[in-house]
Amino acid sequence: MKALKKSVWVFHVNTGACNNCDIEIVNLLTPKFDVERFGIRLVGSPRHADALLVTGVGTRQAAKRLQEVYRQTAKPCVVFCMGACAGGTGIFEGAYHVAGPVDKIIKEVDPNAIIAYVPGCPPKPEAMISGVVKALAAI
Amino acid sequence: MGAVFEGKGEGKEMSALSNVIFWIVVIPGTIIAGLVASWIVRKVSALVQWRVGPPFCQPLYDVMKLMGKEILVPRDGQRTVFIAAPLVGLAGVLVLSMMLLRITAAQTAFVGDIIVAIYLMVLPSLALILGSSASASPHAAIGTGREMKLVMGYELPLVLAFVVVIIKTGGQLNLATIAQNAPVLSVSGMLAFLVSLLCVQAKLGFVPFDIAESETEVASGVIMEYSGALLAVWKVMQTTMLVALPLFLVMVFLGGFGVSTVGAVAAGIGKYVLVLVLLILIKNTNPRLRIDQAMRFFWVYCGIALVAAVALAMIGDCYGIHWL
Repeated sequence: MKALKKSVWVFHVNTGACNNCDIEIVNLLTPKFDVERFGIRLVGSPRHADALLVTGVGTRQAAKRLQEVYRQTAKPCVVFCMGACAGGTGIFEGAYHVAGPVDKIIKEVDPNAIIAYVPGCPPKPEAMISGVVKALAAI
Repeated sequence: MGAVFEGKGEGKEMSALSNVIFWIVVIPGTIIAGLVASWIVRKVSALVQWRVGPPFCQPLYDVMKLMGKEILVPRDGQRTVFIAAPLVGLAGVLVLSMMLLRITAAQTAFVGDIIVAIYLMVLPSLALILGSSASASPHAAIGTGREMKLVMGYELPLVLAFVVVIIKTGGQLNLATIAQNAPVLSVSGMLAFLVSLLCVQAKLGFVPFDIAESETEVASGVIMEYSGALLAVWKVMQTTMLVALPLFLVMVFLGGFGVSTVGAVAAGIGKYVLVLVLLILIKNTNPRLRIDQAMRFFWVYCGIALVAAVALAMIGDCYGIHWL
């Protein structure tokens, strides 16, 4: 578990975002912010991931898929809710397509899930880095 | 280290003490050297991209973290092959490294060992193909097909490049005697070295030939369904290949890795680092090829270059022109 703090492999899941947070996440993984210093790496498969970067309010269609992706992620893992929508439905409060904020969807599958929230619309890449570092220090 | 190797010349057996030390140290030493080599790859890539890159122990942290995660086996997958494949791959690469390091340390070899080395180099690719086809996943199936096509593409040019070296050294099949010449200093040898460099790039799974394990295209293709300790074994296998394959290229093309003096050891390490840096620079300056482009590259362009190299080598051997 100590090594988990030094080497975090992230997988990006979009559950119906407007793409703003997704663009900021992809910006985060470019050489400009150099998250490889912290051991953070983007991987292509949830089975390889330690952290799920979830963006977007949980739409009804994406809810089941998000739960499936969470079950396929090898535990122990952390779920990062990036942005206002993932944190608590943001501006889509009460809309017809919303199946609940992301933490409600994940807790249906695993009540003991470790979930961290990075607010912002979209959160700046520096805020995301700070959120990841703080969450890893708190595990 | 000099005191351990004194009292023996080229071609003599090692003393009993250095023998024991060698056999105790070789497997952990190879794995640690592989982790250091993979750090060198990541650090040089970072420097080429004007950023800082990971700390020195990062590959070790990655492997230790992976050992602590759970292992998920797909429900429809073939359990035995799924679990055995990474172990077979790692075993093959470790045997290859042991053989090459033994030949380097003792400066003796057996006849036909270059054929054994070529045979052992296929094992990691074969293990990847078996492991991904046991994964019962459509993405892994695409990765399997691509890896099979890639192996069919680069195996023939790789073997032909070694045939060029065998012709140039006068029909020797013994790695220790091949390592005493430097075939790269001739035209056909240089052609063969460049082609074999690209084939090794494909075998290591580096861009432009990381078609099978393409992260963004097929969600990590061949090793997609692996997690936890099995994934750690795959990663250690890939990093150990970073020790064995450039060392093999140094022994075959660049004049070997001598251990008789400190200067020879330093020169050997310099040659190994040169090959590694060439692989890293090719990796960082190229996009990924499609599988049909890669096959056309290996069969048509590398094939023509190697046919020319073989012809030049045979002409040079017949008429005694050494620089051909």
